[in-house]
This record gives sequence, structure tokens and C-alpha cells, in this order.
Amino acid sequence: MTIDLSQFHSTFFEESLEGLDAMESNLLNLDINDNDPDIINSIFRAAHSIKGGSGTFGFIAITEFTHVQETLLDQIRSSEREVTQDIINILLESVDCVRDMLLSEKDNRECDFDQASSVRVQMENVLNGHAVPEVELNDSEDIPEVSVEGWRINFAPHLHMIKTGNDPVRILRELSSLGLMEVQVNTEKLPALPQYDPESCYLSWNIELFGDIQEGYVREIFDWVEDDCDLTISPLSQVDEKLEDVVAAKGDGEVKQILDTTEVPVKEQVVNGKKQRAVDPDQEVVPDKKHANSVAECSSIRVSTEKVDELINLVGELVITQSMIGELGKDFSASKIENMMDGLSQLERHTRELQESVMRIRMLPISFSFNRFPRLVHDLGSKLGKKVELKMSGENTELDKTVLEKISDPLVHLVRNSLDHGLETPEIRTASGKPEKGVLLLNAFHKGGSIIIEISDDGAGLNKEKIRNKAIQSGLIGDEDNLSDEKIYDLIFQPGFSTADEVSDVSGRGVGMDVVRKNIRELGGAVEIASTPGEGSIITIKLPLTLAILDGQLVRVGSETYIIPLISIIESLQAQEKNIKTIVDNAEVYRQRDEYIHIVRLHETFNIKPDSQSINDGLIVMVEGEGKKIGLLVDELLGQQQVVIKSLETNYKRIDGVSGATILGNGTVAIILDVPGLVAMSRSEIINDNNNKVA
Amino acid sequence: MATILTVDDSTSMRQMVSFTLKQAGYEVDEATDGVEGLEKAQSSRFNLVITDVNMPRMDGITLVGELRSLPGYQFTPILLLTTEAGADKKKQGKEAGATGWLVKPFNPDQLLNTIKKVIG
Repeated sequence: MTIDLSQFHSTFFEESLEGLDAMESNLLNLDINDNDPDIINSIFRAAHSIKGGSGTFGFIAITEFTHVQETLLDQIRSSEREVTQDIINILLESVDCVRDMLLSEKDNRECDFDQASSVRVQMENVLNGHAVPEVELNDSEDIPEVSVEGWRINFAPHLHMIKTGNDPVRILRELSSLGLMEVQVNTEKLPALPQYDPESCYLSWNIELFGDIQEGYVREIFDWVEDDCDLTISPLSQVDEKLEDVVAAKGDGEVKQILDTTEVPVKEQVVNGKKQRAVDPDQEVVPDKKHANSVAECSSIRVSTEKVDELINLVGELVITQSMIGELGKDFSASKIENMMDGLSQLERHTRELQESVMRIRMLPISFSFNRFPRLVHDLGSKLGKKVELKMSGENTELDKTVLEKISDPLVHLVRNSLDHGLETPEIRTASGKPEKGVLLLNAFHKGGSIIIEISDDGAGLNKEKIRNKAIQSGLIGDEDNLSDEKIYDLIFQPGFSTADEVSDVSGRGVGMDVVRKNIRELGGAVEIASTPGEGSIITIKLPLTLAILDGQLVRVGSETYIIPLISIIESLQAQEKNIKTIVDNAEVYRQRDEYIHIVRLHETFNIKPDSQSINDGLIVMVEGEGKKIGLLVDELLGQQQVVIKSLETNYKRIDGVSGATILGNGTVAIILDVPGLVAMSRSEIINDNNNKVA
Repeated sequence: MATILTVDDSTSMRQMVSFTLKQAGYEVDEATDGVEGLEKAQSSRFNLVITDVNMPRMDGITLVGELRSLPGYQFTPILLLTTEAGADKKKQGKEAGATGWLVKPFNPDQLLNTIKKVIG
């Protein structure tokens, strides 16, 4: 039978990658001083499963590599070897190698075998003294060829043998597949009926097996029972006369096996006298590369059956409501209006619930992103010579899959920064009276319609003077500028800014924080930094729950409708001319509670005709983006509603100040405003105007 | 046709074993570890049990011992899936009452040839 093993490959990859993740986190949790056998066992099991699977499915390189890994783990498991930090580090590297090998098989690309072989050598060095047995992929291949006429076998099962599940009849049947044989049953141990135990085996057999058969094949048949029987196997010295008789009698090699008919129901069998091996070398599994190529790449998402059931249930409700309304429409009269309204409100409720459920499918716990940090912090900590304890909370906070994927890299960057710039070395920490081990805390939680992710450390905090000097040096600010703390901290998000004394491969190139902020802004989020010298810093990231739908405030400017994300609105007010001040270059500010807020006239930004040019006739919507407030001048506030975001970029092109568009209930298209973008535009406008004036 | 229980914590191995056996016309049930395997073996009758050795909750060796202590499984063939490094596992398995073993890695033909040794 031919079975295409490649159909199991994707399952194998998936479970192996999961196994590697488990191995990694268990390795990181392993305490050198108190190693928990459960943890070691599960690490071992993961390596063992990958080895077994890769061998079966034909990934020989992975089998060979994991074999070394498994041998090392087995020694640890059986307490033959102490766990040291070095061993843990090597094993962690080996996890990376296996992951790389798996992914390259999965994606059908070349993998970095140099790295793998160097890690393998390291593991073998650890093992030296304990030789690593070579992987025997083809067992019993090396049985020496000795020409024989046949074998004389005395097979006397012990009384209990059938209780191991081995049946002498089946063993004889197997044996008969090797060649012609003559069998005599020996019944002399059979007790009298009163003493007879039907669960015991009293019979024994003398077998003569003819043909040039390798001893290994004969022994293999008795492999499972060698401890449960008396067995002698000796070569027949010469061609037995009986064989010739038998062959002569039956002709064509057809032989009736002489068996004890009372006990062994073996039928006449045609045997060709040639060995039959269970393993056919031609059937070796060869990985089917072509097939691997044809597997389409698609990103998938794991959804709990609970969520799917909920959806099915809701769709069911929707169908019921639909048929109810359909029924009403058949012969509609004014008296049925009330029923109709009921039906419609039910429809609305179900649609909303359905929408919420569908959105929940896209939600994943942030632990998917947090899970990589224990390893990262461990590796980076030992590289930088810093002792770090990583604490995480709120790992189960859910957010949209796309947001999650896009926030991962910025998070990594921020964590690296905290480790590199924030936390001090153990010596400095001890000198300043802090515990030797620094604490890095990752925290995620919901707040309103947003997700907040905090990265805090108890390190040295940001050095204001250093940032200021650096900024003056690189011309970002002037010598005389008197900046608030907040503004100074904000400088580190400027492109090309770095205070690291030396450029290391960890950080210090100054590419990063600006990219981090850009990425977070693209997600419609914001990032802020707070710091206390000597006590540490907190970086707070605020993200929308989802990218697909937002709660919007509809506003009208002239004949156009715009949508302002509700989350960014602070307040709306009727402006009074007397509070408006025109500062340099016609920039207008609004004085409110001792604060001057820059006013953006939306009709100017989008070049449309408003109802009135006068601020007295319009409304000002105060919005906040990137920690800055601006006031948007609009003609009228319309309703609030949830809108589905359609990308303008995919359908048209990117426009400053616009984050997308949506289609309203009446079929018209409305533009969704990008508040952080408008804030940035309003600032650059001032700068541009300034430049113009100078020119 | 014979009914076979396959116990393995690795989904891909379990799928492969199960698929191969079903193709050959056997009835197959699956369990993900020793505990589940024992439960299934107690609630229905199997002609053959094929189990992995290293599994969470209950390993294969323990499962063999537990099965042998059940009245319905005194003579039932039980095969262990081991790796070549597991010589001591084979011995432990035999002591617990396993019928035999199948050395990983194996291909579907080897699997079918091996189980023909104990059923049919």
C-alpha cells in the first residue's frame, strides 16, 4: 500500500513548532538549583516527539540534530548530568536551529546548516565522554551474509507467554513466510485435563526451516518473545533429505506444512523459499518537494469552537428574524406596523451581536506577542551583563490580530531599549542601593475603547540633561529653548536621535524610536513616556481595539460629512470670537481655561465651501492626538455611529489628514479624519508659514 | 475487522498511524495520552493497542501495566512505539507486559507488516 506521507506534514510542522515554543519557555523556567522533573520531562518529550516525527516523515537532518539534543536531555532527565546555565543556553540555541530547520522545510527554502552544525558540535562537546550513538535509520542493515542451508529451531514457549499477547501460532505463521519449513509439535508437557490451565502454553515446537535465510531474519521473528521462551537456533549442516523428499513429492516448491492440526490451523501455503523482508528499501520515504511547493501560503487563525458555536447560533437567530419579517411583508397592512418595528429592532440587535462575535474571532490574547519576551530578555540580559526579572501581567488581554502583529516589532524595540538604556548593571544598582536584579514589567489592559500596554522598568530613568544636550548638538532644538520634561522626553522619538555613548548591536543607532512611534501612529495609537530619575521609566502605548470598525462622530462641513474618531474627541463647544487670537502668520488659537489651542478650519484643509466663515456660527471640536490638542472648526455636529473603515490607500491613494473612508447608511461616502495626522499638519503649517515669512 | 486503539501525544504520528490502519481496513480509535487511552480501553473492546512511550499524564509503559491488569486485556496484543535509543524501554515494556514494539521511524508498510504479526 502506498500512502502519501506529505499529507501529515503540515500537522507535523504545526505541532513541532508548538513543541519548540513549549521547550523554549520550559528551558527559560528551568531553575538550575532546583530542577523540576516535570519541566525536564516535558522538554525531553518535545525533543523526542520532533525526532520521532521527523524520522517518520523523512526529515533526516532534523532527526539527526534532535537525536543529539535528545541524548543530552535524556542524561539530564536521568540525573546523569547537572543542568548548568551553559547547557540551558546551548539547548536554547538548539531550539532555534530546529525551528529554522523546520521552517525551511515548511517553506521549502535553504536553511542555515552552519549554525546547526556549530550548535550540534557544542552539544556533542558537552556530551563527550558519553559517546553519542549514531542514529540507526536503517536498522538491522548490517547483518552479515552467511550462506546456510537452513535452520533448526527449538521453540519452547514459557507457560505465561500468551499472556504477553504473543501467540505461538502467529509466530509460526511469520516463520513460514521465510521459507519452506517442517514443524513438529511436542505435546509431552501437556498435563492431564484436571490440571490443565487454558491460559498457559504447554506445547513446544521443533522446526526445520529450509533455505538460505539470514539468521537475523529468523531471530527477528522471535525478537518479542526471546525472554518468554526457550529458544535455540542452529544452522542445518547439510541439505536435509526430508526436504528433497517433500519437494519431490509436491513439485514446484509447493509444500504442505506438517503441523499439528489439533493446535495450529495453518492452511496450505505457497512459499517461494526466498526471504521476505518487512522493509522494502525502495519504499523509503522521500520528502516530496513538489508537493510542498504547491501548498498555498495562507495566514490562519485559531478560533475556539465556543466562538464558532456562538456565531452559528446568531446566524440561526438572524434567519428566524429574516423569515419573520419576510412573512410580514407578504400581505402588509398598517395594523402590522408594530410587528414590523419589533422585527426590525430584533434584526438590529442580532446584526450588532453578530458583528461583535465576528470581531471577537479576530481577537487574540496579547500573550501571543508577550511570549517571545522571556527568551529575548534572557538572551539580552546575559549579553549585556545585566540581571533582569521579567514580570508580565494582563497577558490574556485580547486585541485584533492585525494590531497584534504590527505591535510586536515596536514592543521588541521598546523592551530592548529598556534593557539597554534603562536598567543598570548589577554593580551600579548595588551602589545606588537598589536590588541587584532589575525588574522589567509588561502590562496590558483595557481602558475605555483602547488597549493600553505599559513597559516599565526600575532603572535609571531618562537623563534629561543628556537628551537636551544631544538634541542641541544635533540641531533639533536651540540652545535657549526652555522645554518641559514632557517635551524633552518626546525628543527621543525624533528621527536619528540616540543618546547611547557607543553604538552597540543592541541599540544606539538611533533608528527605532521614531519608527516605533510611526508604527504605533499607523495603528491609530499613541505612545508616551514618563520617567523619574533614579526610579525608572514607563512607556505607555495606547492602541485601538480593532482596525476594522470605529465609533465615530459625524460632522458636517458645508455639504460634506466627515467622521472624527470618538476616542480622540475631548469636547465640542460653541466658540466665541473674543476667545480667538490670531498669532503670527494668521495662525489662530483659541483661549480656553488658560490654554491656547490651535484651530484648524476643516473647510480650509479640504478646500470646500462652508456655511459661514465666521467662527461664531460654527462649532469647535476639541480633539487630541499624540498628546496635543487642536480644535477643528465644523459647521454642525451630526449623529454618532459605528463605522466600518474602508482603506482609502488600497482603493485610491494616501491623503494627509485622512485615515480612511466609510459608506453611510444613505449610501454616501464619508471621509474619516486622521487626528494625529491633522495635529502634525497643523504644526508643519506654522513652520512653513514661518519659513515663508523669512523668505 | 479488528479494532485498534492508537495512543500518542503527537498529532501527526497519531494521524499517520490511524490513517494507515484505516486504509488497510481496520477500525481505529485514538487517544492522546495514557489516561485517555486507559479510559477508552475500559469503555470499549480493542483487538490491538499501539502506544507511544513518552506521553504526558501517563506514559506508555504505565499504560501497558494498567491494561494488563484489566480482565479484558490479559491476552490482547499491545505494541510500544519506541526509538532506537530505547533499549531499556523495550525491557521495561516487556516487563510491564507489552507484546512487542515498533521502532521509530517507521513507514506505513512497516507498520502494517508489524501488526500482521499480532492480529489476523
